[in-house]
Amino acid sequence: MADLLEFINVTKVYSRGLLSKTSMTALANISLKLDDEKPTIMTVAGESGSGKTTLAMLLLGFILPTSGKIRYKDQDISQLRGNDRITFRREVQAVFQDPFSVFNPFYTVDHLLSVPISRFKLAKSKNEAREIMYEALKAVGLRPEDVLGRYPHQISGGQRQRINVARALVLRPKLLVADEPVSMVDASLRASILETLRGLQRNYGVSIIYITHDLTTAYHIAKSIVVLYRGAVMEAGDVDTVIKNPQHPYTRLLIDSIPWPDINRRWGSTEIKARESELTEQSTGCKFAARCPFVFWPCKDPPPLFRLSEYQATSCFLYEENPQIESEKLSELLPV
Amino acid sequence: MEPVLRVIDLQVSYYTDAGRATALAGATLSLNAVEKLGLVGESGSGKSTMALAMMRMIKPPGRVEAGQVIVGGTDLRTLSDEEMLKARLSKIAYMPQGAMNSLNPVMRIGAQMVDAIKAHDPRASKSGIKERCMQSLESVDLKRTVFKMYAHELSGGMKQRVCIAISILLKPQVIICDEPTSALDVVTQRQVMETIDRIQKEIGAAVILIGHDMGLMAQFVDKVAVLYAGRLMEVSTVREMFTDPKHPYARALINSLPSLDNKGVFQGIPGLAPSILRLPGGCAFHPRCSHVMEVCKTEIPKLETLADGRTVACHLFSDKA
Amino acid sequence: MTTLALSQPEVIQPGRLTLLFRYLRRNKSLAIGLFLVLLLTTFTVIGMLTLDKSRAYPLSVKTKQPPSAQYPLGTDFFGRDLLTAMVVGLWQTALIGVLAGAVGTLIGVVLGFISAYFGGPIDSGIKGVCQILTPIPPFLIQVIIAGSLDKRSVTIYTMAFIVVLLSWMGPTLVIRSQVLSMKERQFVSVAKLSGMGDMGIIFSEIMPNLLPFIAAAFVGQVFMAVFASFYLAVLGLGPLREPLLGNTIWSAQTQSAFFNGWWWWPIEPAVGLVLILGSLALINMGLDELANPRIRRTE
Repeated sequence: MADLLEFINVTKVYSRGLLSKTSMTALANISLKLDDEKPTIMTVAGESGSGKTTLAMLLLGFILPTSGKIRYKDQDISQLRGNDRITFRREVQAVFQDPFSVFNPFYTVDHLLSVPISRFKLAKSKNEAREIMYEALKAVGLRPEDVLGRYPHQISGGQRQRINVARALVLRPKLLVADEPVSMVDASLRASILETLRGLQRNYGVSIIYITHDLTTAYHIAKSIVVLYRGAVMEAGDVDTVIKNPQHPYTRLLIDSIPWPDINRRWGSTEIKARESELTEQSTGCKFAARCPFVFWPCKDPPPLFRLSEYQATSCFLYEENPQIESEKLSELLPV
Repeated sequence: MEPVLRVIDLQVSYYTDAGRATALAGATLSLNAVEKLGLVGESGSGKSTMALAMMRMIKPPGRVEAGQVIVGGTDLRTLSDEEMLKARLSKIAYMPQGAMNSLNPVMRIGAQMVDAIKAHDPRASKSGIKERCMQSLESVDLKRTVFKMYAHELSGGMKQRVCIAISILLKPQVIICDEPTSALDVVTQRQVMETIDRIQKEIGAAVILIGHDMGLMAQFVDKVAVLYAGRLMEVSTVREMFTDPKHPYARALINSLPSLDNKGVFQGIPGLAPSILRLPGGCAFHPRCSHVMEVCKTEIPKLETLADGRTVACHLFSDKA
Repeated sequence: MTTLALSQPEVIQPGRLTLLFRYLRRNKSLAIGLFLVLLLTTFTVIGMLTLDKSRAYPLSVKTKQPPSAQYPLGTDFFGRDLLTAMVVGLWQTALIGVLAGAVGTLIGVVLGFISAYFGGPIDSGIKGVCQILTPIPPFLIQVIIAGSLDKRSVTIYTMAFIVVLLSWMGPTLVIRSQVLSMKERQFVSVAKLSGMGDMGIIFSEIMPNLLPFIAAAFVGQVFMAVFASFYLAVLGLGPLREPLLGNTIWSAQTQSAFFNGWWWWPIEPAVGLVLILGSLALINMGLDELANPRIRRTE
C-alpha cells in the first residue's frame, strides 16, 4: 500500500527583519498521510491565521518546510527532478478560492484549459485537445458552447469556478487541493460545484484535501476532518463525529458559531471569551489558551493528542485521562 | 407604529450600449424601528442597487426612475443635493461591501471618525467630537486605544467593527449593511453580527442586511425579502420564510440549504439566473420554476399582500391561478 | 418578448474594428493624437516620395523668398527650399525619435522584466543603478556630450544615442513595478500548476498584460527623443547641415530672421514641432487612460 503523499512532522516558520528577527510559526509539527489506492476527501478546517493557506502552499510544492519532510510517492519533493518532477506537477493540482483571479484577463477562458493540455502533452492534435476540453467542461456541468471563446468577465462566477474544476480534471490528478473553492460563489451554486468535486473522488479516484472555514460544506463532502488553530491541530477524526460531537473548546466554538439556516438552532450557548486575539502573540503551550473559557494550569504546556475513540482525538488537557497518540500517527484517526 | 423606513415602488434602470436594463423594478417594503430586514438574492439580482438607490448614490449610466424612500417621514428623493449629503450618515447610513478594506490606510481611525462628524456638524467642539467617537468605539466592543491606530494594525473583524462604529456616529434611523461579513471567518462573523444586533437595540435603528447567505439570515433578521432579477419575489417574517416559503424561488432556495440532517444530499436550482438585459417574458423566474403556468410566461406577477401580511409576487397566489 | 430557455443567450461580439472606433469616440485624446500623427506621416511620406531632396540643402534655390506658388513654404537665407526642408526634417526627426524610443523601451522592458522576475541581488543592482542615474539632469549631460563632439561626428544616430543614454531608466522602473505586481497574481500560480516554466510565464502570461504600459513607455521615449533632438539642434549642437527642425530655427535665429522680415523661416519649424510633440502628448494621455482601467470611462 503505497503512500501518495506524506507529511512527516512538517513545520513552517516565517521570519522577518534583518537585525532583530521576529518569527511566526505558521504550522507546527503536522503529519498527514494519503493512501494511493484509497482516494478520500479530507477537510482541513480553520479560520484565517490557522495555517491552512500555508498548508496548501506546502502541498502544492510552492514553498518548502522549515523542518520535517514532505514525500510524494516515497520521494522527498524537494529532491524531485526531471520526469518525476513533471509527474508530481501534473498529479497534484489545485482549485483556488477566487474564481476570477485565476484567469489571465488578456486571454479567453479557453487559455486556462489549453495551457495544461499542451504543456503536459495530453493531446496529439488540435482536435484531440478540443475533445478533451469539451469532455472536461461537460463533466462539470457546463455546455462548451456557452463558455468557450468568451472572456472571463463575460461569464458568471459560478461558471468560472466550474471551469477551474474542469482545468484540474483535464490533468487527471491524484491529489486535488481545494482551497475554499465555493466561498466566493453564490450559495445556490455551491451545491452543484461541491457535487462535482465529490464526483471527482468517486469516479476518477482523486483524493481531495478540502480547505475551508465553512464546516457545513465540509460536513457534506468530507470523510475526515482536521481542525487547525494557529498552526496546531486542535481536533481530528471522522467528520460526522467531530461535527456532531465536538470535544475541543475551539471546535465547539466553531460549530456553535456556524450560521445554521435553521431558526430553531440559533447562535448562543458558547460564549465568545476574549474577543481580540493578539495577532503577534506567541506563547508556548496550548495556542487556544488565551481565548479558552476552560483554561487551567496545565495549558501552559503544549497539549499532546488524546485519543477519544477510534476516529476522534483532541489536543486538550481536559481529556487527559484518555490515551495519548503521537502526532506522527494522526492519519490513523482519519477514516478513508 | 409608523414604520421608520418605507420604500414605495422604487425603480432603477441602467442605460447601456446594449439597451436599457431594469436593475430594480418597483420595489416596495417597509420596516419598523428595531426591526431587521434581510435582503437576499443572487449576484446581479439588484440588492446592492437597491441600497445605493436608497442612498441616492446611483451614478450614470444608472438612474433612479421613480419611487419614494421615506425615512422617518421624509422622502429622501425630494431632498436637495445638500440636504441629502446631510441625511447620509445622520438619517440613513450605508456600509458598502468590503467596507473594511476601504478604510483610509494613511489616516488614523480616529481622524476618519472625526472627519465624518465634522462633515455634518462643523461647529461641534473638538473634545465633544472625540468623546462621541470614543463612545462609538466602546459600543462596538473596541478599546479606546483603537482611536489612535491605523487600519493595517487591526484584524478583519476589528476593521469591520470600526466601520460599524462610523456608521452609528450620528445615530441614524436606518443602517444598511451590504455583506458585512463576507470576508470574515465564522467566529468573527458571529461577533460582528452580535455587535450589530446590540448596537441596533441601543440606538433604536432599523437594520437592512444584504447578503446571499440564508444561514446568516436565519440567525439574525426578523423579516426576509427575496430579490430575483431585479424584482422582489417575497417578503415574509423569518419564521414564515424558513418554515413555509410561498414563492417557488424562495422555496427552492430554502430546499437547497445544507443541514446536518441529510448528509450528502445536494439540491441546487437548475438553470441560471437571467441577465437583466435579456429578461424572459412574464415572470423572470418562470424558465426555472417547477410550478410554471401559461400565464407566467406572459404576465409579470405583481407583489400582492396575503392574508397573514406577507407579500408574494407569484401567479399561484394571485387571482390568476 | 422571447421566452428564455435554460441556455445562455447568444452574445454577438461586435467586430474588433467597430470596438476600436467606439473606443476612440470615447477616448478623444487618443483619437486626436493618432489623427495628427497620421496627418504628419502622410505629409512626410508623400513629400519624401515626390520632392527632390537636394533642395533641402543650402545653395539649391533662390534665397529669402516668401511663400509663393513656386515655393509654398518660402526659402531661407542659405537657399533651401523650406517645404523640402520641412519634409526631410520631419523624416529625420521621426527617425531619431523612433530609433531612440525603440532602443530605450527595449532596454526598459528587458531590464525591467529581469529585475522584477528574478529579484534578489539582480533586482537591487538594476534598481540601484536606475535610482542613481535618474536625478542626473539629462539636458546638462546631453549638452556637454554634444558640445564636446567633433562637429563632423554629430549625426542623427549619435543624437539618438545621446538621448537614450539617460532615458532608459524610466521605462525600466515602470515595467519593473508592473511585473512585480503581476507576478503575485493568481493566474501566474495557476500557470505554474499547469506546467509552465519561467520563460513561458514571462512571455505568455505577463507580457501581454503589459502591452499598454510598453506602448505608453514607447510614446514617452519618442517624445523625449524628439524634444531632446530639437533643443540640442536649436542650440546649434546638432548635425548642422541636415534640415532638422531645430537646426532651421537655429540658423534662422543666427540670421535674425524676424528682424529682417523673413517671418516664415522660423515659424514653420516651430509649428511643425508643436504638432509633433502635441500629438505624441495626446497619444500618451490617451494610452494612460487605456492602461488604467479605473480612469477608463465605462461603456
